[in-house]
Amino acid sequence: MILCLMLIIPNSHCSAQIPTSLELINNAKQYDGKTVNYRGEVIGEVMVRGDYAWLHVNDGIIAIGIWAPKTLIGDIRYAGDYHKKGDIVEVSGMFHRSCLEHGGDLDIHASEIKKITSGSPVIQPISRKKAYIGAYSLILVLLFYALKKFFQHR
Amino acid sequence: MPECFILWFFVKYYEENSYFLYCYAWNILGSGVRNGNYRHRFTLCISISVYTMILRPQANDIKNIGYYLGRIILGIGLTMFLPFITGLVLFKESNPALDFLISANIAIFIGLALSWLCKTDKELNTGQAMVVIALSWLAAMALSAIPLLLSGHYKSFLDACFETMSGFTTTGLTLVQDLDHLSRSHNLWRHLGPFLGGQGIAIIAISFLVKGTAGTFNLYLGEGRDEKLVPNVINTARFIWVISIVYLILGTIVLGLIGMSIGLAPQSAFFHGACIFMAGFDTAGFSPQSPNILYYHSLIYEIVIIFFMVIGSFNFNLHYQIWKGNFKEIWKNIETRTLLFVIMIVTLITMVGLRRLGVYSDGMILFRKGFFQLVSGQTTTGYMTIYAQQFIKEWGDLALTGIILSMALGGCACSTAGGIKMLRVGIIYKAFRQDIKGMMLSPSAIVVQKFHHIKTMFIEDKQVRAVLIVTLGYLFLYGLGTLVGVGLGYPFLEALFESTSAAANVGLSCGITDTSMPAILKVTYIIEMWAGRLELMSVFALFGFFVAYVKGK
Repeated sequence: MILCLMLIIPNSHCSAQIPTSLELINNAKQYDGKTVNYRGEVIGEVMVRGDYAWLHVNDGIIAIGIWAPKTLIGDIRYAGDYHKKGDIVEVSGMFHRSCLEHGGDLDIHASEIKKITSGSPVIQPISRKKAYIGAYSLILVLLFYALKKFFQHR
Repeated sequence: MPECFILWFFVKYYEENSYFLYCYAWNILGSGVRNGNYRHRFTLCISISVYTMILRPQANDIKNIGYYLGRIILGIGLTMFLPFITGLVLFKESNPALDFLISANIAIFIGLALSWLCKTDKELNTGQAMVVIALSWLAAMALSAIPLLLSGHYKSFLDACFETMSGFTTTGLTLVQDLDHLSRSHNLWRHLGPFLGGQGIAIIAISFLVKGTAGTFNLYLGEGRDEKLVPNVINTARFIWVISIVYLILGTIVLGLIGMSIGLAPQSAFFHGACIFMAGFDTAGFSPQSPNILYYHSLIYEIVIIFFMVIGSFNFNLHYQIWKGNFKEIWKNIETRTLLFVIMIVTLITMVGLRRLGVYSDGMILFRKGFFQLVSGQTTTGYMTIYAQQFIKEWGDLALTGIILSMALGGCACSTAGGIKMLRVGIIYKAFRQDIKGMMLSPSAIVVQKFHHIKTMFIEDKQVRAVLIVTLGYLFLYGLGTLVGVGLGYPFLEALFESTSAAANVGLSCGITDTSMPAILKVTYIIEMWAGRLELMSVFALFGFFVAYVKGK
């Protein structure tokens, strides 16, 4: 009985596993038209187009375009870029290898978007080391330039 | 090769003179050479390789090279102030701005030191200019890689060098990590690379930093360009900048407005517009977001990009004719005709390949995806609206062959595009036709073949020979990368695809280019990109220079 459970549990766990972007792209034909779950960070910008919007979710490998009704994206506050860490979301929706609605793009039409972790602004303190090196090297270059001009005039 | 004998004579009887003596001889001989496009260029390279084994470069040669190299490095350092200022003022990115301040200071210091230590009033001769060009591209690669490495988005200095060489040579293959979180300053620098390198690093120096005319023309020649738009080379360089900057402003406005209409915020839309234009018109293929052009999900955006890619791959001389109102030149020019014909052929091959495998069920989608990737390959841009892995997993061998063919043949000469180039393809075709005609007519018949490129010219054997040698050089480069790739365990077609993409400065990838690929392959692709952009000539000159230094008397 225990042996049977041990065999079943890992399998059921596997089927519930969220595929990575690479798995989806590499096995696009198998996933085409199927409902998939996909998790990652919202990056770039949410581009609103009428009642729908495009967002891009990057699972750390590749970003995939998500086409979602505007009503599903209300929770999304942060899209990742240099200044921000984007919201981590889990998208459930239909995967298209070559979407007929969107000119053959590989995308996911979301039916559900869950925010797993909220993103946040990334505070980047000025690196003292870089500031010192920058300032000293600038002084050095200016001195060198002055020296060059001085000797050239002589 | 009568010129070789005359060069040999010079070298033989004036051995006490400098290594570059034969280049002066070349200058005397070559007064008519510059009017022809391809005459003797490889003879010169071969001469360099042969004669450099005899004469060791003198201190004066090295001083001359050092001075001009210093001026070019100075120019590269000064351009780094653009991302420094925009990073500080516009994007509020302090640390990235500091990366550029540090890097600019290093470059300016080296540039000043070289031009001070090697101060000279002498003009560059052809051989020296080629060495300067080859070295300046390597220097640009290494110095421009410093801010990218400091960003923390590159695994190693080699990866950062790969990125900058890819940018300057308008290739577009990338090894950046986590591109979506890269600062705008660094992204601007990535896209400025193609804009500067596409026009030519020497063009910057010629326009603003270097005096004299003979030396500047030699620099211009060394970057794989041999067509002057106006009689003065400095004015030619400045005109290339005028064309590029006017197009940049127009392109940024058009793409910015479309970007806003598809949901991007205004600042972002114009930033993306500028970046996409720079990498599109300069046929590089970089993008500020990781999904490349797939990020925008917009047909109109793709159409406008196709337009910019195509005009970016046009000869600057053709742009000049259009600016002068000579629109007929578009239809008469051998390059545009060949480009149109080649695009039709490779489109047919690719479409048949995609159709046969049923990759896209809808005809319009088949055309949209197939044609975009194809134009991107043909113009050697490298923009993608599919994922790299889809090429291998879905497209099949025939469609891939179509893309590889388009990449290998490339865009027009004297443009930002890479590859063998349409002018050469056109001349080879015409020469082939001439030979066939000659065989069919009586042996005493003289068959002449003309072609139109700005003016109507007759095909000469020497021209055809030079064209074929450059073509063979490109084929050798494609083969070299493929061999290394296959040797490292990659499948043949994938290795050929990636190698052709690197050597023809395209940037389309089937997935091989990745941070995890072996360092030897990264170095091979760097060499391919460099040699491909300089059309091998300056690289041979540099090689000859080092051989002469080591083995010369």
